[in-house]
Amino acid sequence: MSVLRPTTIDEAVAVLSAQPEAIPIAGGTDLMVHWPHRLELHEKTFVDLSRLTALRGLRWQDGDLVMGALTTYWDVLLDEQIGRRFPLLHRAARQVGAVQIQTRGTWAGNVGNGSPAADGVAVLMAYDAMVELTSVRGVDVVPLRDFYTGYKISHRTPDQLITAIRLPGIPYRTQIFEKVGARKAQAISKIGVAMVEAPGGWVVVANSMAPTIRRCRAVEAVLNSGHPISSPEALHDTILQDVHPIDDLRSTGEYRVRVMARLLYHDLREHIAAFS
Amino acid sequence: MPLAPLLRREGLAKLSGREQYVDDLDIPGALHGITVRSTSARGTIRNIRFDPEIDWSSFVIVDHRDVPGLNTVKLIETDQPALAATEVRHIHEPVVLLAHPSRRALRKAVRAITIEVDPLPSVLDFTVRPTPEQIQHGSDNIYKQITITKGDARSILADAPIIVEGVYRTGAQEHVYLEPQGMIAEEVDGVIIIRGSMQCPYYVHTAVCHALGREADQVRIIQTPTGGAFGGKEEFPSGVAIHAALLALKAGRPVRLVYDRTEDLAATTKRHPSWTRHRTAVASDGQLLAQEITFLLDGGAYMTLSPVVLSRGMIHAAGPYHCEHISIDGRAVLSNTVPFGAFRGFGAPQSLFAVERHMDRIALRLGLDPVTVRQRNLLADGQTTATGQVVADGVDRQGLLNRALSLSDYAAKRETHRQFNIDTPDRRRGIGLTTFFHGAGFTGSGEVYLDSKVAVAGLPDGTIEVRTASTEMGQGTTTIFTQLASDRLGLPPEAVAIAQPDTAVVPNSGPTVASRTAMIVGRLVQEACDDLRRQLSLDATDRGNDVAEAIRAWHRTHPNGLLLGQGHYRPPPGIEWDEGTYRGEAYGAYGWAAYVAEVEVDLRTYGTTVLDFVAVQDVGTVLNTTLARGQVQGGVAQGIGWTLMEECQWEDGAMTNNQLTNYIIPTSSDIPPIRVAFQETPYPHGAEGAKGLGELPMDGPAPAIANAIAAATGAEAAVLPLTPERLMADLDR
Repeated sequence: MSVLRPTTIDEAVAVLSAQPEAIPIAGGTDLMVHWPHRLELHEKTFVDLSRLTALRGLRWQDGDLVMGALTTYWDVLLDEQIGRRFPLLHRAARQVGAVQIQTRGTWAGNVGNGSPAADGVAVLMAYDAMVELTSVRGVDVVPLRDFYTGYKISHRTPDQLITAIRLPGIPYRTQIFEKVGARKAQAISKIGVAMVEAPGGWVVVANSMAPTIRRCRAVEAVLNSGHPISSPEALHDTILQDVHPIDDLRSTGEYRVRVMARLLYHDLREHIAAFS
Repeated sequence: MPLAPLLRREGLAKLSGREQYVDDLDIPGALHGITVRSTSARGTIRNIRFDPEIDWSSFVIVDHRDVPGLNTVKLIETDQPALAATEVRHIHEPVVLLAHPSRRALRKAVRAITIEVDPLPSVLDFTVRPTPEQIQHGSDNIYKQITITKGDARSILADAPIIVEGVYRTGAQEHVYLEPQGMIAEEVDGVIIIRGSMQCPYYVHTAVCHALGREADQVRIIQTPTGGAFGGKEEFPSGVAIHAALLALKAGRPVRLVYDRTEDLAATTKRHPSWTRHRTAVASDGQLLAQEITFLLDGGAYMTLSPVVLSRGMIHAAGPYHCEHISIDGRAVLSNTVPFGAFRGFGAPQSLFAVERHMDRIALRLGLDPVTVRQRNLLADGQTTATGQVVADGVDRQGLLNRALSLSDYAAKRETHRQFNIDTPDRRRGIGLTTFFHGAGFTGSGEVYLDSKVAVAGLPDGTIEVRTASTEMGQGTTTIFTQLASDRLGLPPEAVAIAQPDTAVVPNSGPTVASRTAMIVGRLVQEACDDLRRQLSLDATDRGNDVAEAIRAWHRTHPNGLLLGQGHYRPPPGIEWDEGTYRGEAYGAYGWAAYVAEVEVDLRTYGTTVLDFVAVQDVGTVLNTTLARGQVQGGVAQGIGWTLMEECQWEDGAMTNNQLTNYIIPTSSDIPPIRVAFQETPYPHGAEGAKGLGELPMDGPAPAIANAIAAATGAEAAVLPLTPERLMADLDR
């Protein structure tokens, strides 16, 4: 294993440009899970980002929230303004691992790792986050909703580093995040769903329901249409237009669809008149 | 007089991280060992291929040809090889051992060895009768069949107007002790010394002597501080010890064989899966007229302890009730999975789940309250159990139930739940109860065969050392024995040392299992103290300084002498057991209990939250209230896991979710307040009146919670674990 330790963004992107197979790491929490058993990882080159002070911390800019790529879940939990403006970030952060993970794991790492079960990504996507990618070629900004193209595949090219995540300062009305795990804490999501009512209509994001975290456009259309929904089952076909969850070690595809429908139905009944 | 309270003696070392577990021991020159395992469920070993890319000359390599004694892990049977020679019977069966200075090199090397197997038909469902090609044990793959017969259940059932039937299933459960399995072996001056994590040093000693062809004095087993066990370190460590010893002998150096978590989850024993059918004849007032019970256990690929687990499960299968006509037929059968083994409760949690869930089905069928059905049938003194044992211990079993009902506010909760369930569209609440019992100590004549011995040494400085083979594994042996010896001789706790179990030092006080330590071995500690006092010509009024001074004086007159008080097990009078007919006194004493669980089911997710839990029990005199409460709370937590979330997933007989991210045990967030109460009816033959405690709390949570879920939702709740996925399917019926 070799570890490169750049101290500036310029150094870091130069490293990635020269060695695109190198893996950037921040908190290292995803890496450590597999470390004892993925021996092939031990041969890789890692780019340790922890010295890039420019990527630390979060700030408010023109009403938007800008999180540097080293922002941890814990940083967000300590920020009261985020709790008021983007409460789902708090709710998701509290449910990621335990405090030890929350203090090391980063939002950008969650995005970069690309797990379809990532709690952090679901709420970021619900708030229409933009991902800032930096390379020696310049800066790209990609909407998170379009970021993933397949299981652990994204628009990030190997020479690009996620440098920031930006959340537009939009006022939201209803904001709901549901995480269904196999226990009440320290569990990987069997189903996650983030729902926000933005000025332009409902945004619904599902995790652990598809190879990627995914915006559920068909569900959003039904919620926005005022189409009457009288039971959870009435949502099954719509959900299946958006996602095709599988059976795996953690749950079954059938359970995932049915429970997502039940969460939508029961949680939204008091917010959407057409749900009866 | 109650014993003086005492803090857990090794507590600070454990809390502060200073305790030295086996993997923490610094053994100069020790190599690391690793186990190469079968990847086939069943077949004949054709070839073992070593990838030429690796320089194998730097490795110590051991296979079955290196076993100097008999190639078996000796237990009840000798069917399990220490290292598979010609055939394998389950995935993860040990075939080859490697040792090397580098753990990383070992991990790579394991992947470079291929065990080529010609497959044979495997058994993957223990409830299905095997085909001739699948037979691997006897003529029918049955490890053990037992029948218990009382009265004539068949005739009663033939004429009964009301018969309630039910089938109940439970799944495997992993122990998830915090410290995985591990041993360090080395040979010093012709003696093989093995240190490691274990419950039963003398089991390991016997097995190692057998496999290595050594005399008893050429093998020395030393228990290291053990980070949890729950039965998982009863029989399994024997194999690990043999493996470490084989490597150390071949290497000519110490070898450390410590499992990592994924290996431990995949390759070690688990709780036996079970299938139980009840057919019960009942009167309309709820009285049990006849019970016909079929009880099947999945034994896995080798016999290990399955016959004994079956036995205990069957003796508890009819529940703590009086019924004149009982017929129980039980079998432990082979399957091509990792052998199932000892786990807290040892068969009783499985059979008690079935009967206690069934009691609620009977109540539902008759339109009676579950409380009424239990009150009507609970054993009273003078009545007999399924094996014909007369219960006469003076325990107020109705009182236990009443106390649990009042502590849990059972009647009022039933009413408020009814209203809650009308008012709340997406949640359901329910309350469930169970009454149960657990026999303490070995079954029947088992304690006589164990022939347990304890010594208490008086040391030249006037202090004493308690020498037993009973291990501390988190349950409190060290603390309890200190309290007992300190109280018996009037010495301060600091003047009482508890010897680390070491077969070269301590006598064989039997295995640390079956809730027998406080009750039986504790009593022997007291007797050894009395014997010490006799040898010093002291009488019972001599305590404290008189004792210490007498010990010092003895040593002044006997330089280098060994002053040992001895305790030796003698059965209480009136214990008779017929192993052939399964009639008689199955256990010297029973713990009795009534547990109540209150749950809320989220109808959006089908997830169950246990809101409240009440655990009332009579385990005789409580020796240490803090430790006893901890045992109950821990057992309830472990029971909640087994009931709601812990599920081994299998493919070809191998566990596929062998990581703690996917094998889910409860966290503190999943555990409700557990309110513990003791009713103390002293048992005259236990230490200070104590009965067994450790296993009992594992029996109650599953039926109490399943009954509560059924009360809340109308689910069958007949299959464990009641995961949300399973409850969803259940409610779809």
